[in-house]
Amino acid sequence: MLDKLTTYINERGLPTWVQVGPFALVFFLFLIVPVMLTVMVSFWNYTEYEIVPDFTTRNYVEAFDNCLSGLPTLCTTLKTYVTTMRMTAMVWVITLVLGFAIAYFLAFHVRSLQVQIVLFLICTIPFWTSNVIRMISWIPLLGRNGMVNQSLVAAGITREPIEWLLFSEFSVVLALVHLYTFFMIVPIFNSMMRIDRSLIEAAYDAGASGWQTLWNVVIPLSKPGIVIGSIFVITIVMGDFITVGVMGGQQIASVGKMINTQMGALQFPPAAAHSVILLLSVLGIIWALTRIVDIRKEL
Amino acid sequence: MNGGKRPLSFYLLAALFAAFVLFLYGPMITIVLLSFQGPNGGLTFPMNGVSTYWFSKLWREGLPNVDIWSAFVRSAWLGFVVMALTVVLSLMAGYAFRKRFRGSDALFYVVIASLIMPSIVVSLGIGLEFRLLDNAIKAIAPEWMTRSFETSTGLLTSGLGAHLTWTLPFGLLIMFAIFNRFDRRFEEAARDLGATPWQTFRHVVLPIIGPSVIGIGLFGFTLSWDEIARSSQAVGYYNTLPLELQGQTTTVTTPVIYALGTLTTSVSLLIIAGALAAMSLLRKRQGEGTRMPETVVKAAS
Repeated sequence: MLDKLTTYINERGLPTWVQVGPFALVFFLFLIVPVMLTVMVSFWNYTEYEIVPDFTTRNYVEAFDNCLSGLPTLCTTLKTYVTTMRMTAMVWVITLVLGFAIAYFLAFHVRSLQVQIVLFLICTIPFWTSNVIRMISWIPLLGRNGMVNQSLVAAGITREPIEWLLFSEFSVVLALVHLYTFFMIVPIFNSMMRIDRSLIEAAYDAGASGWQTLWNVVIPLSKPGIVIGSIFVITIVMGDFITVGVMGGQQIASVGKMINTQMGALQFPPAAAHSVILLLSVLGIIWALTRIVDIRKEL
Repeated sequence: MNGGKRPLSFYLLAALFAAFVLFLYGPMITIVLLSFQGPNGGLTFPMNGVSTYWFSKLWREGLPNVDIWSAFVRSAWLGFVVMALTVVLSLMAGYAFRKRFRGSDALFYVVIASLIMPSIVVSLGIGLEFRLLDNAIKAIAPEWMTRSFETSTGLLTSGLGAHLTWTLPFGLLIMFAIFNRFDRRFEEAARDLGATPWQTFRHVVLPIIGPSVIGIGLFGFTLSWDEIARSSQAVGYYNTLPLELQGQTTTVTTPVIYALGTLTTSVSLLIIAGALAAMSLLRKRQGEGTRMPETVVKAAS
């Protein structure tokens, strides 16, 4: 029996379903089922010490408690979403501009492949080290008595150390840019490397200025990379709770942080409801992003 | 674009790139420097003498309130399991994905969804799943079986699953990149010469893609070693090293935390260096070996 099996495998190779089976099973067990359970539990009820199977919209109603009647004052949920979106937008714009410029430099200005690989690796290596360490490494620089404040005071630019450098929205955005610009560089660089160089020469020969070439040739052709990078950065930042926690001194509320706090209090159904809302908003953003690109392609 | 004088934009972008590299590495360098503070040193500059005091303190006492060395071992252990599974599963799946099969598109979308799904949602979902599983086990299984049963949540059950949802998409995408550059004529030649699929894989395909497969291992280990967001609700009672570290960021006020940072960064860097060295070694050996297959290709065509 076993002999027959080994001969079969040796001659025919593993059947496809055996090759992908384990891989697919991981995603079924640890992604699809969990998300389905999250949706299910978001309609459950809960007491102080247990979750109760039910079908109630309580968690969603409570999530948006007083949101409509309280306007124009924002309710907690909306306020948290506004803060999260604001940070996401800032991080997105900064990483996009920075990532695009760096990818452009690597793809078009560095001439030797050897140097390109080395410079690219230099950008990549921090990605493989701990995010928490990379966050706390800002503390000696940005703290009240940190290097930045010391030099600002010494140079006479400010009299008092600046307080908002650390444990503020500023430090959260800075850390997020620090951590995730990589996710912009890689896909944009990848798209740029595929651009046929003769197209740029053609634009140049046809009399286009550098900016015109950039705007009409390079950017449109880098669009897939821009969209992929944007999706990465936006989804990560929208759900982030670790950077917001550590760099915000546990004082800033983001959507991810709110969910995490609820889970810490074992309030799973409301946490699940907020997760579903978060997931829908992220999907909405992704949808809009792919929309914008398609529309522009047609113009 | 090639040759000739560099335009102004080159110098501006080169300056930006240099600034970016400084931005990337500057903070890390500061904490490495500060971890070598003297015994009276604090969390910021100026350096108060130079010593390895904080490392030996870390070695002797660990961190207050947490058993950092067990967490270190747990994380390393989990990292190796994740690495092995990521390599094997991505390799097999990547191999299968070269042909269309039923559900290949759907599976691909699931993989991409896994990559961009907010980690907190994955973490919550897996946490919930295992909590409900526990409840089910306690309700259904006979009493003698569940007497000592506490929870099915754990590092190598829910924790492993959570990590794989993060590492496998990277593994598969790297496999796609590998096979995009793969010259199929090698395989055809092997087949023409009568090699079985297994022999083709073992003696032709694997040696060629070997160096890149090490890259998958590198991603698998380092992504797992540093993972926090997906682990947070899914590892159960015993935390991984980055989770412990995250918990300590606000409570530890001595450079001992920088020493720990320097240490975990060194582990990551060692793994990266090891992987890159292994890759270039394999490439070199491959360079010597490719002459054979090429003649084979010619003979076959």
